[in-house]
Amino acid sequence: MSRQIIDCRRLLCPMPVIRVQNAIELLPDGSLVEAICTDPGALNDIPAWSRINGHRVVETQTVDGEYIVVVEVVRDGKS
Amino acid sequence: MSEQRKAAVLISGGLDSLLAARVMLEQGIHVEGINFFTGFCVEGHTHAIRKRDQKKDKRNNALWVAEQLGIKLHIVDIVEEYKQVLINPKHGYGANLNPCLDCKVFMVRKAHEWIQAKGFDFIVTGEVIGQRPMSQRKDTMPIVSGESGAEDLLLRPLCAKNLPETLPERAGWVDRTRLYGFSGRSRKPQMALAASLGIEDYAQPAGGCCFLTDESYAIKLKDLWRARGNREYEMDDIMLLKVGRHLRPASHFKIIIAREEGEANFMQGYRKLYPHLKTVSHGGPFALIDGDIGDQDVELIARLVARYSQGRNADEVELQFTDLAGDTRILKVHPMQAHEIPKEWLI
Ligand code: SF4
Repeated sequence: MSRQIIDCRRLLCPMPVIRVQNAIELLPDGSLVEAICTDPGALNDIPAWSRINGHRVVETQTVDGEYIVVVEVVRDGKS
Repeated sequence: MSEQRKAAVLISGGLDSLLAARVMLEQGIHVEGINFFTGFCVEGHTHAIRKRDQKKDKRNNALWVAEQLGIKLHIVDIVEEYKQVLINPKHGYGANLNPCLDCKVFMVRKAHEWIQAKGFDFIVTGEVIGQRPMSQRKDTMPIVSGESGAEDLLLRPLCAKNLPETLPERAGWVDRTRLYGFSGRSRKPQMALAASLGIEDYAQPAGGCCFLTDESYAIKLKDLWRARGNREYEMDDIMLLKVGRHLRPASHFKIIIAREEGEANFMQGYRKLYPHLKTVSHGGPFALIDGDIGDQDVELIARLVARYSQGRNADEVELQFTDLAGDTRILKVHPMQAHEIPKEWLI
């Protein structure tokens, strides 16, 4: 399964969300997108965006002041 | 018998666009939200920076509104294109550097492009006649629909009854009798409608949705333009205008001094892009220098930063200066005294 890493360090929300959204737009069902962020707001915003748009957050963690959110792309024909 | 029509609603995160979207959902329209990010949006940004704000609710209002409505939200990055809107607004600025009317025209134009690309039928905004002195007046409504190219594909459900019929109404996609005729600055009709729809929690309507309506922000942006001799800006510039105390002792440079830990942490992220100083001998702020400085400027800068450190009354304060190449050196200076700092330096 493909995993794309997006460096969102120093970006403030909603930029990390936009980066994740734009990456997901081009990816097939089941792909993973891993966003590495320094804005803690991303821990709320990326999951909120994912819920709204039908994708699945499979992992969130905080490591050394960095916030990592992994989203699985879900294409169920609704989009 | 009829196919479900699709509308793109401009979602700002405030009550009006929430209501506009909800009114469309009530009429059976398929609704998706678009939210434009100009770089100046109050949303998001600031709460991540200042420590004291970090306890506040960190929700992004546009995302939150979309979730309440159960609609998709597309956030569109218009940072680059927005520069032309801000630098050269055909209709001028509002009270500060807010080019609201041009901004609205631009956003509706982008929304119009978006619906064409995605096969949507029309555009919806939460505009209300008379709500905002610059961009939401009876005479500006046709400017927005005309100059954006959206024409009668732009529906404003909250004040539609005061405006000519649009295509969605004429074609019977929406029922005009179930739209509204709000006008004026009062928020009461919106609050009453929210209550009748069972909407209790929403972002308080503020003066404006972006930093350009903020006086002190506008002053800093004008200063930046004046100092550089042009009106260009980068994302990093507009971010840094939101943090710290800005002092300009000379036209060719300014100093940004963190006011608290959260700002210092945020500014540290820029340490490879700007020369910077930190106090070594005492507790003191982190400071970035924006501009082309020479050796002769460094001492003055150090003395000024020392003034804002806990060693302000000491005879000597030690600071570490790092230049753009990453080379550091230690400076020992006598902190500047309050009377040595002209008021005009503070931006
Ligand atoms: S307040 Fe800012 S974002 Fe809102 S219309 Fe005016 S310029 Fe545009």
